[in-house]
Amino acid sequence: MSKRQITVAVSGLNNIDSPGPGIPVIRALKESEFFDVRIIGLSYENLEPGLYMRDLVDKSYSIPLPSSGTATLLERLAYINSVEKIDVIIPNFDAELHSFIKLSEQLKRDFGIATALPTQEQFESRHKSVLYDFGVENEVKVPFSKMIFSSAEISSLKNEFTYPLVIKGKYYDASIAATPEQAVNYFNKISAKWGLPIIVQEFVSGNEVNVTALGDGKGNCIGAVPMRKLYITDKGKAWAGVSLDDEKLIEITNRVISNSKWKGGCELEFIKSNAGEYYLLEMNPRFPAWVYLAVGCGQNHPEALVKMALGEDVQPFDSYDVGKLFIRYSFDQIVDLKDFEKISTIGEL
Amino acid sequence: MQINKNIAISDSGFIFNPSTGDSFSTNQVGMEIIRLLKDNKSKEEVISGVVSKFNVDEATVEKDLSDFTLMLNNFQLVIGHE
Repeated sequence: MSKRQITVAVSGLNNIDSPGPGIPVIRALKESEFFDVRIIGLSYENLEPGLYMRDLVDKSYSIPLPSSGTATLLERLAYINSVEKIDVIIPNFDAELHSFIKLSEQLKRDFGIATALPTQEQFESRHKSVLYDFGVENEVKVPFSKMIFSSAEISSLKNEFTYPLVIKGKYYDASIAATPEQAVNYFNKISAKWGLPIIVQEFVSGNEVNVTALGDGKGNCIGAVPMRKLYITDKGKAWAGVSLDDEKLIEITNRVISNSKWKGGCELEFIKSNAGEYYLLEMNPRFPAWVYLAVGCGQNHPEALVKMALGEDVQPFDSYDVGKLFIRYSFDQIVDLKDFEKISTIGEL
Repeated sequence: MQINKNIAISDSGFIFNPSTGDSFSTNQVGMEIIRLLKDNKSKEEVISGVVSKFNVDEATVEKDLSDFTLMLNNFQLVIGHE
C-alpha cells in the first residue's frame, strides 16, 4: 500500500531529562502504516535536542512563547505554512495548548491546517485547580484539593488536611510536605517557578499508574494503554515503565473520555491506593512523553490522532500488548556551530 | 491459596505480575511451589510434592512454604491477597 504524503508540525522537541512528548510523537508518526510524514519541528528554545535530530525532524522553526499572544503565534504559523504547507499541527506543551485551541478553527479555515484538540471548556475542566469537580462529574475519585494564593494560608490547612500533603504548581511540579514549614518552603519554591495559584492536595499512599489515551470528541476512547513507572528520576519522570493488564483502569479511562467527550491525546495519572482504589491525580491535556510505549504495545495513538484530525474514520483499538517495557536513555548529539547559529539567528533549521 | 491466573512465570523462574508491573525471580523450589499452587493443589499436596522432588524433610518444607506463601501474598500474587 502506498503511503499518503503529509506534513505534520510538532512541538515539544525538548527531549531532555524531563522530556516533552514531541520526539516520541514524531517516532510514532514516522512508523505510520498510512502516512509518509514530513515533520516540521516547532521549538521555543535553541537547545531543544529534537531540533538537531535530522533523521526524525525534517525542518524546524522557532515559534514565539505563549506569553507573546495568539496573534504573534498566528503570524509565525502563517509564515511557516506558506513555506511548508502543513496538514496537521500537534502541540505538545500544556502551556501552549490554550493558544492552539483558540486558533484551531482559524488555522483550519484560513490555512487548511487540521488539529485534534479538546475544546477550551474541556481543557479548563481538568485543570489541577478544578480537578476535584472534574472527578465528581466523571465519577472518578480525586484526592481532595484546594487552591491557595499565599503562604499565609498554609497555617489554616490543618482544618481541612492532614500531613503529609502535596503542594503542586499550576502546570508542573509537585512536592510532598510532611510539615507546615515544608509546605511553606515548597509553596515559595514552586510559585516562584510557575506562578500562582498553588494547589494543595490530599496525599494518597499507593502506586502510581498512568494511562496514555486518545478521545475522538464524540465520547469514544480510541485507545488507552496503562503503564506503571519502574524507574523514576529525581524530577518524578518515568525513565522506565511497563504496560499493565488492568481492566479497571481501562474502564475508568473509558468513562472519563466518554463522559467528558475528550478530543485528542491525554494522560491520566492515578494512584492505586493500598486498598486497590484508583485516585485521579492529574489529567494532562496532551500525550505523555512515554506515548511511544503505546506504539510498542500495538496502539499508534499519534497516527490515530492525525487520521482523526484529517477527518478520517478511526476505529477504537481493541487490544494492546501487556508486559512491554520502555527504557529511556540519554544520547549526546554532536552539532555543528553553524546549525546552532541558524536556529539562533534566523529561527529556522 | 490460589495463584493469580494472569501471573506469567518463565522456565527460568522469572515471574511477572501484569496487573501491577512487578517482577520477581524465584529458584527451582519456588517455581515448583507456584506450579503446584497453580494446579490448585492443597497445602499437604504441595508439601509432599516438594519433599519428593527435592529430597528435603517435611518440617523444613512446611516452614519454608509458610514463609513463601506469606511473601506471595505480600507481593499480590495470589487471589484475594491482603
